[in-house]
Amino acid sequence: MNGTGMTAQSRTTGRARGSERGGGTTPGRRLWALGRAELTLLGRNRGVVFTALAVPLLLPFTVRPAMDQVDLKKQGLTLGTTLLTAAIGFSFLFAVYTSLVNVYVARREELVLKRLRTGELSDTEILAGTALPALVIGLAQALVLCVGCVALLHIGAPKAPYLLLPGLVAGYLVSAALAALTASFTRTVESGQVTALPLMFVSMAGSGITVPTEVMPHNLASACELLPLSPAIRLVRGGWTGQLSAHDTLGALLTALAWTILAVFAVRRRFRWEPRR
Amino acid sequence: MYNDEHEDVIEVTDLRRVYGGGFEAVRGITFSVARGEIFALLGTNGAGKTSTVELLEGLAAPAEGRIRVLGHDPHRERAAVRHRTGVMLQEGGFPAELTVAETARMWAGCTSGARPEAEVLELVGLTGKHGVRVKQLSGGERRRLDLALALLGGPEVLFLDEPTTGLDAEGRRDTWELVRALRDAGTTVLLTTHYLEEVEALADRLAILHKGRIAVSGTPAEVTAGRPSRMSFELPDGYFLGDLPPLADLGVCGHESDGGVVRLRTTQLQRTATGVLTWAERTGVELRGLDVRSASLEEAFLGIAHEQAQGVAA
Repeated sequence: MNGTGMTAQSRTTGRARGSERGGGTTPGRRLWALGRAELTLLGRNRGVVFTALAVPLLLPFTVRPAMDQVDLKKQGLTLGTTLLTAAIGFSFLFAVYTSLVNVYVARREELVLKRLRTGELSDTEILAGTALPALVIGLAQALVLCVGCVALLHIGAPKAPYLLLPGLVAGYLVSAALAALTASFTRTVESGQVTALPLMFVSMAGSGITVPTEVMPHNLASACELLPLSPAIRLVRGGWTGQLSAHDTLGALLTALAWTILAVFAVRRRFRWEPRR
Repeated sequence: MYNDEHEDVIEVTDLRRVYGGGFEAVRGITFSVARGEIFALLGTNGAGKTSTVELLEGLAAPAEGRIRVLGHDPHRERAAVRHRTGVMLQEGGFPAELTVAETARMWAGCTSGARPEAEVLELVGLTGKHGVRVKQLSGGERRRLDLALALLGGPEVLFLDEPTTGLDAEGRRDTWELVRALRDAGTTVLLTTHYLEEVEALADRLAILHKGRIAVSGTPAEVTAGRPSRMSFELPDGYFLGDLPPLADLGVCGHESDGGVVRLRTTQLQRTATGVLTWAERTGVELRGLDVRSASLEEAFLGIAHEQAQGVAA
């Protein structure tokens, strides 16, 4: 090196100036950086954006004919609240669950997850940061749906609004955690269309998304209450009807918590960070 | 904290790695790398280079053995090591749909003390490519993006897994120059490669891996020492090996002939070459395809593969 050796050196390594910058990263900053990149990627995948945004808005209308044959009034339900919970349920499944199964598998197969693990992000931060845009979009979508249903379907204000947020958070968290778990045993983005089906079907049929659990036979309904997305739907619906007892509320919250813990535990053990070779 | 100038920044002891199927990719290797040194792991495909370097990067736990990077276990004490290391994997790992600038910005947000992204992109010659999506980059440009991001945090230790694969000759030279400048500024570099000229251009010390074990290690001079030099030529029709002066007198330690082509191995290259060329001059024979080369890493590398295949070396 010549006379400007020191400048050239610090220029090459960037180290001398590192202390001046003093820029240690924080989990928040790392999550933001990763989430922002994921949001950019989401914006470039029109198919995924369409599914995430449009399906939860459109699908509830396919459920409507079935609703007409059910005596909703007897269960304290209205068509409006039933459509709203259906839409929010579809938001759990399409805006977050299936879209994140795709994202996790795609990032793993592109070796993005492996590359991220060589850096300062913890494993939890990688999974959380990757999920961030989907979660934010899902939550925003739910709020839009709530406001929209109040304004357009005249369903009235929620009678127990304090149940809505726990319900939504539980639903989106369980969906994201189960997406990571599903991605663990999904080899390609294409096969994700199959591996995501069981939870989709079970949730639509049994968690009160297309058929309100209130109209099911009692024993079946009790069993269905234990499904992963059931507690979230019950909380949201209860938030609107105000007909969820303290006991049932607690039960729903504990069930949601149990699923979250179970999924997180399974993901910690099972998640695959790189493609199988 | 680690402040000693001369300490080993990387220490590897009896390292083993076994994959799920039971395949033992790394079979008990030991080496160390001092601060400010470029250490190369050289080997054929499947020798265990990437398996080893991934353990040093902390991506997986070894089946057995001990690793210390900057005094810490890189797998279990991940948070203590990662902000001081830079990693370039064998294959990219960047979302195809992001641009170069977006990728760098994302990575900068996850890196302590990250320098301006434009600065590292300039360092690797990607200045004009900020707005280009990763999927549109050439293989060589992707390698350079990868290197830029590994340098973003000003790492003390740099892991480079085949850093110049896919680069053209000029790109390769640029990378070598950059890696040397980093070393001169005190960065410790561990690189894997299957290019012998890369090792010759960069490595202060090296280890040749073969089937998961270190066959030989040391400085390039130490590794080539004791390796024979080579001389080869083609005898014209009518001449045979026996027509040459007695080979033992020329310092030849091994020979083979195939048709008219003669290959000699010697520990005294000048004496052998002089003897053969004097004989050719005297007898008026033209030696076609004349090739004389002193002991090189290539010789060592090929020799090791050959010996191991024959079970000569344990």
